[in-house]
Amino acid sequence: MNVPFCKFVALAALLMSATLARAETVQVAVAANFTKPMEAIAAEFEKDTGHKAQLSFGATGKFYAQIANGAPFDVFLAADDSTPMKMEEELLTVPGSRFTYAIGTLVLWSAREGYVDDKGEVLKKGEFKHLAIANPKTAPYGLAAIQALTRLGLLSALQPRFVQGENITQTYQFVATGNAELGFVALSQVFKEGKLSGGSAWLVPASLHDPIRQDAVLLAKARNNAAAKALMDYLKGEKAARVIESYGYGR
Amino acid sequence: MDASNLAAVWLTLKLASVVTLLLLLLGTPIAWWLARTRSWWKGPVGAVVALPLVLPPTVLGFYLLILMGPHGPVGQLTQSLGLGILPFTFPGLVIASVCYSMPFVVQPIQNAFEAMGERPMEVAASLRASPRDAFFSVALPLARPGFVSAAILGFAHTVGEFGVVLMIGGNIPGKTQVVSVQLYDHVEAMEYVEAHGLAGGMVAFSFLVLLALYGRRRLGGWSP
Amino acid sequence: MEARFRLTHPGFTLEVDLKLPEKGVTALFGPSGSGKTTLLRCFAGLSRASGGRLVVAGQVWQDETQGLFLPTHRRPLGLVFQEASLFPHLSVRKNLEYGMKRAGNRGGEGFQACIDLLGIHPLLERGPGHLSGGERQRVAIARALLTRPRLLLMDEPLAALDLKRKGEILPYLERLHDELDIPVLYVSHAPDEVARLADHLVLMDDGKVVASGPLQETLSRADLPPTFADDPGVVLEARLVGQEADGLSRLAIPGGELLVSRVEAPPGKILRCRIHARDVSLALTPPLQSSILNILPARVAAVAATDTPGHVLVQLELAAGLRLLARITERSRAALGIGPGLAVIAQVKSVALLA
Repeated sequence: MNVPFCKFVALAALLMSATLARAETVQVAVAANFTKPMEAIAAEFEKDTGHKAQLSFGATGKFYAQIANGAPFDVFLAADDSTPMKMEEELLTVPGSRFTYAIGTLVLWSAREGYVDDKGEVLKKGEFKHLAIANPKTAPYGLAAIQALTRLGLLSALQPRFVQGENITQTYQFVATGNAELGFVALSQVFKEGKLSGGSAWLVPASLHDPIRQDAVLLAKARNNAAAKALMDYLKGEKAARVIESYGYGR
Repeated sequence: MDASNLAAVWLTLKLASVVTLLLLLLGTPIAWWLARTRSWWKGPVGAVVALPLVLPPTVLGFYLLILMGPHGPVGQLTQSLGLGILPFTFPGLVIASVCYSMPFVVQPIQNAFEAMGERPMEVAASLRASPRDAFFSVALPLARPGFVSAAILGFAHTVGEFGVVLMIGGNIPGKTQVVSVQLYDHVEAMEYVEAHGLAGGMVAFSFLVLLALYGRRRLGGWSP
Repeated sequence: MEARFRLTHPGFTLEVDLKLPEKGVTALFGPSGSGKTTLLRCFAGLSRASGGRLVVAGQVWQDETQGLFLPTHRRPLGLVFQEASLFPHLSVRKNLEYGMKRAGNRGGEGFQACIDLLGIHPLLERGPGHLSGGERQRVAIARALLTRPRLLLMDEPLAALDLKRKGEILPYLERLHDELDIPVLYVSHAPDEVARLADHLVLMDDGKVVASGPLQETLSRADLPPTFADDPGVVLEARLVGQEADGLSRLAIPGGELLVSRVEAPPGKILRCRIHARDVSLALTPPLQSSILNILPARVAAVAATDTPGHVLVQLELAAGLRLLARITERSRAALGIGPGLAVIAQVKSVALLA
């Protein structure tokens, strides 16, 4: 048996095993704020790999409780980095699988045109009744908003006007319906195809708060799930990066 | 229990009391009308009152947020009256809870009035009682079990309400941060010890309320 | 007392024009659905008759031609319903006081006399839930009377009571009858109550007044519709055996034959027929010359009293064990010496075919 033939056989076997590897399904728990980009990414992922991604959207804290109690997820895309870290410590994940798949951008937004200036001076003038923020205890965007206000020295002055959304979606609703004149929301919520989809906004400088890291983990039960591993790799790839950035997230 | 939990408990009890009182005042004439009318409107009005039983609370809350918001009809009205807008205020929470708990108060009272039938009112009329007099001296006392059920259910339901408050409350301590939202926060923030404390309290409270309700039903009837 | 009402419900029209005595008990009598209760509700003002006029003791309570309609609570009347209607949240005494206070009888005029009349003194502090059906009705009557009404309306006040309770309350009603000086309108479909209590009888059928007059006179009228006659009878099965040339049909019954008006049916057909007690007369010997065709030998089984004084009901046994009822006068019974075991001849005046 000559060497080239052996090489050929090895290559054939590899190709066979690749095609024979049955398309698998990956169950993904996705932070609600990442709904839109993840739908787009999953569609491309399914097309490119032949695997199937089944997506569930919801609050990070809720997913944590469910996964800790045996929920059948393979991959978890959290809205923060602390929950995946905690899960790692609790051995709920495949060690070393955690990485930051997106970095959120905090924006001060109003549904009214021209209400928010591009330096955020509107906060100092304080001519508003309600400032919507996400619950800082549970939502990373809320925590970032508190940090930014603290660094601006406005926290104690504005705190009485806070209205808290349980999550960033609800915070967005408060502002979008005009019930709160303005609020700190995620850029991804008000950003479509590279520009603001309506109202007025101030992009809060990243220096004013800790980065809003959104981490992904491979969950312990998916150790041998090829589709789950494939999705984790896909999220790190160029194609996914383009989608993620187009929705107003950083990398 | 820490101060913020205590504040939430106090606020919740205050909200439930105000809402129950308002619902009894508002629900009684509606229940009376629904129980006695032969109008074509009985069906549609009854359905509207029962709607919160079917709608997911967050959906109801979302519509209330829009209705009472600065661009909604209710919001326009309150603004023109110089009251500002209602979301994120205690009165706003009261109004939302009144809408949400309405069927739990109207239906037991309506059932009680219906079970009573026309006869007691006719008897009262034959004894020279005007319709108004008969309503207060006969219909209300006879429907008392219905009122007790209505008050208990209305109160308990308001205490347990979550979705609507979540949508229009804004989680402001002392103003709109009620127990159910506080509990949700604790769970979301993985503060399970605090969550268990509040949840345990709510379970105990609900159990006592339902015990009072069913215990009373078991005794049943009139025993003057 | 004058009453004129016209009221239309789907499938039912009440149309009455009555003049009633200002004193004594007037029984409204008729089958169910005849409109007795509706008429009573019109008197009470609980139903409003579009074409209505009601004058009680010289006072106009309703005159639709002038748009006048006193609502129930403005009419000085007492109302007793069929079922117990005491307020369950009030004691007997409070129930009585409810009407007294509102009728301006705060002083309790006639209170003692009334509770004595109805024998309810021992019940005063009890709750309605602890009274028997008869006691509740007595309290309801007292409560109505204590409003000092000008008209007492009673809607089958005994219908919901069993026989024993009825027997317990009837004497009180008789006392009322003797002592009240206001008109009483008494709805009933029980002939025995009417016979015992009424002075005046209004017979109703299908929303209309069929007859109205003093009790005895009205009952003895020969032209009343059969629904009002208190007439027992028997149902028996007969076989059609032949058609006669003179337009009659011949029926076979066990132990005899009957001749009836022509029945168009094939021979051998089984027919059900009813023989009313009032259509059967008795003789001791077969009549030699009589217009009555159906003459059957029988033996007397029993003799019973009827609701009508002077009449008795005789139960007969025919040859084959078949039974007939005959209603005859007590006088005839005595004259013929009719008693159990006697052989008699039953003369059947008519036979009603049922199907």
